[in-house]
Amino acid sequence: MKPIKKLLDKTRHHFEPGGRLHAFHSVFDGMETFLFTPNTTSKSGVHIHDAIDSKRVMIIVVLALMPCLLFGMYNTGYQHWVATGASEMPFWSLMLYGFLAVLPKIAVSYIVGLGIEFTVAQWRKEEIQEGFLVTGILIPLICPVATPLWMIAVATAFSVIFVKEVFGGTGYNIFNVALVTRAFLFFAYPAKMSGDQVFVATDSIAGLGSGGVVDGFTGATPLGQVATQAGQQAITITDTMGHDLSTWDMFLGLIPGSFGETSTLAILIGAAILLFTGIASWRIVCSVFAGGAVMAFIAHHFATPLYPASMLSVADQLCLGGFAFAAVFMATDPVTAARTKTGKYIYGFLVGAIAIIIRTYNNGYPEGAMLAVLLMNAFAPLIDWCVVEANARRRRKRAIIANPSTDLTEK
Amino acid sequence: MSITVRLKKGLDLQLVGGIDNISAVTEVTAADNAIFPDDFPGFEPKLDVKEGQSVALGEPLLHDKRDERIKLVSPVEGKVKAVVRGERRHIERIVIEPAAAAAADARPLSIEGISRLSADEARTELMQRGLWALMRQRPYDIVPEPDIAVRDIFITAFDSAPLADNRIDYSAQELQAGIAMLGKLTAGKIYLSRRPNAKLPSLAGVEDIVVEGPHPAGNVGVQIANIAPVNKGEAVITLDITSLGRIGRTLLSGSFDNSACVALTGSEVAEPQLIKTTIGADIASTIKGRLKTADHHQRIISGNVLTGIKVSTDSYLHFPWRQLTVIAEGDDVDEFMGWASLSPKKMSQSRSFLSWLFGPKKFNPDARLLGGRRALILSEQYERLMPMDIVAEYLLKAIIGRDIEKMEQLGIYEVAPEDFALGEWADASKIPAQQIVREGLDYLRKELR
Repeated sequence: MKPIKKLLDKTRHHFEPGGRLHAFHSVFDGMETFLFTPNTTSKSGVHIHDAIDSKRVMIIVVLALMPCLLFGMYNTGYQHWVATGASEMPFWSLMLYGFLAVLPKIAVSYIVGLGIEFTVAQWRKEEIQEGFLVTGILIPLICPVATPLWMIAVATAFSVIFVKEVFGGTGYNIFNVALVTRAFLFFAYPAKMSGDQVFVATDSIAGLGSGGVVDGFTGATPLGQVATQAGQQAITITDTMGHDLSTWDMFLGLIPGSFGETSTLAILIGAAILLFTGIASWRIVCSVFAGGAVMAFIAHHFATPLYPASMLSVADQLCLGGFAFAAVFMATDPVTAARTKTGKYIYGFLVGAIAIIIRTYNNGYPEGAMLAVLLMNAFAPLIDWCVVEANARRRRKRAIIANPSTDLTEK
Repeated sequence: MSITVRLKKGLDLQLVGGIDNISAVTEVTAADNAIFPDDFPGFEPKLDVKEGQSVALGEPLLHDKRDERIKLVSPVEGKVKAVVRGERRHIERIVIEPAAAAAADARPLSIEGISRLSADEARTELMQRGLWALMRQRPYDIVPEPDIAVRDIFITAFDSAPLADNRIDYSAQELQAGIAMLGKLTAGKIYLSRRPNAKLPSLAGVEDIVVEGPHPAGNVGVQIANIAPVNKGEAVITLDITSLGRIGRTLLSGSFDNSACVALTGSEVAEPQLIKTTIGADIASTIKGRLKTADHHQRIISGNVLTGIKVSTDSYLHFPWRQLTVIAEGDDVDEFMGWASLSPKKMSQSRSFLSWLFGPKKFNPDARLLGGRRALILSEQYERLMPMDIVAEYLLKAIIGRDIEKMEQLGIYEVAPEDFALGEWADASKIPAQQIVREGLDYLRKELR
């Protein structure tokens, strides 16, 4: 690694004030701290530091997303092969097809998002922050596979600028950046972003996969199918060829859906990584599932044909759609979630419960996880405020008991 | 009757360089000694001596502008070698070179003598003998205000910080004399917190508190929070057992006790050991020939790795003169993509590094931040290591925002910078929490005066 270090040292002066390339000093700093751990030592306070830094935090989350990404690639290929009526399922062809389908989306999301981050960092004369490393991979994972690239670019630019940078950058945003991207797509391009056309890739990519879709194919997601069955006494959920799906199928995730969200199994592997390393809060993850389960149980108990999703079992509710993905990767975003211990339980429980409420009792939105997390992002500061206020109240009470004469009236 | 306090939150950092053999004590004679007024927050120094002047052991060098009776005294008998000033004539340190000087009159006090003192006389005795400055007041973590109304007094009899040693070099009689003196300051209780297995003589007039649990269990602020928290409008005095012993010995013998038992520890020390020297001893004599020869930079810390002060070889021991830690500086290390490291040598509280795979082991971290400074991203990083009912993150934010009302509501009167040290170690955002708290306390004191 000596040559790289030498190269950095040799070119550094160009990026320093007065240098030819000073306009790109944030990029240089970003590259340097990416390649070499900064050797700045502590000036005040503690003399040693935990090895963890925000780069490590982000990279662990990206790592935890890998099972979802890999499964998404396989599933995209699989759905395409099924749709085109192929009889054989060559593993590597499926993976390659999925890889080629998702690669441009990852590239677009990173180029647009990091481009904005670099520009803003440069403009503010700050270090480049790592937040978008995770956001950039989350965006392709929560979008339907056939989302046009230009839409992803527009939505990413919108949310990075208006949801993150205007608030001050990573660590200051109120709403989850990746989810706002998804919400922007959902509300700005409803015709393109819902229905049964976008969840399965039907075109051939680079000569892989023949284009023709077989008869009887329908690309609707399970929740999309449920939403259309209002008034029926029993609901049926099928795969794209009309075969019934079991809860096990929904758990494994070989079903149409947003790219990385379909497999609860893959998501749980990611959850295991996040919880074991301590990066994500187990309090949030567990309470989202608890809230979802309780609400799904209530909905199922009072099942009515008016709201077809209420007929889904608890397990189906938790496995389908973006629920599990939102519980593990979206609700746990520490910046936008509740930050106090008690607050996390309340926040998580409400995310889970509201996701199921929206999904079940609003036929206009087949999926509620996204909206539930965004809604609770807005309420997280309020929840924390209550928890912090309780702490302050305890202290006030203690003071009054100790010194009844002191003036500590509630303000 | 003892009260047991069991703490769960916290962490004992496992570091290389602890002392194996605590019975071997090396005697070191300092070339010269120094006193740093900045080690005594709240003390507003005014010089009592001039350069070149002869001073006796225990003779005042500085007094406090708040009250002339509060003194910082000479650590040795000798000559004022230098008064080192920094920006705006701020006194950084006073260096004393040992030399023969006219001995001060010893003014011993017996335990009976102490018991006959009035409350005012006791204060004056402590202040004039340079002992008042060894204590701290909470709120604000400062040298106590001269007219402080003391609710209680808290003494911590152990140091739970990394690599710290817990030797107590004072006799039961000396400690008891100290307790008798402190008893004059308060109508409240004197709490003494110790470890379950501490070799401590039983003392009369104290509440015996047994503290179990990891660091920061030894922080007096943590003990207060779990025994009898400080409310708004109240004030308590805190000190460690070494200062208690110093008070007792000084009173009994009549001349200022300048002995210091320093734990020389850390990964860069050839043979970690206890060193017996004088307070404010020069670093060069203390470490001479005792460090590992290294081709990398070393960082010398007066104190422990969490709350100590970085010093150079031409500097001196800082208050409380108990520990000297030497670790690698790390500014000459070029680590390739450290954030992706799979090395088991990375010290981390999170399991995102592979060190957890190899069971409990000791680490030798250097002084690097190991990351860039960021906004707070992960939550509860401070709270989970602070066994106090404080929402630390929100308190830090209130301090940064200089929101006095919020600071009060969230318990600023209960904390000292050292209580945030472990959280600052763990913080992935590398925020200088102790500095923030110190500045917040100073700001609050200035505003409310």
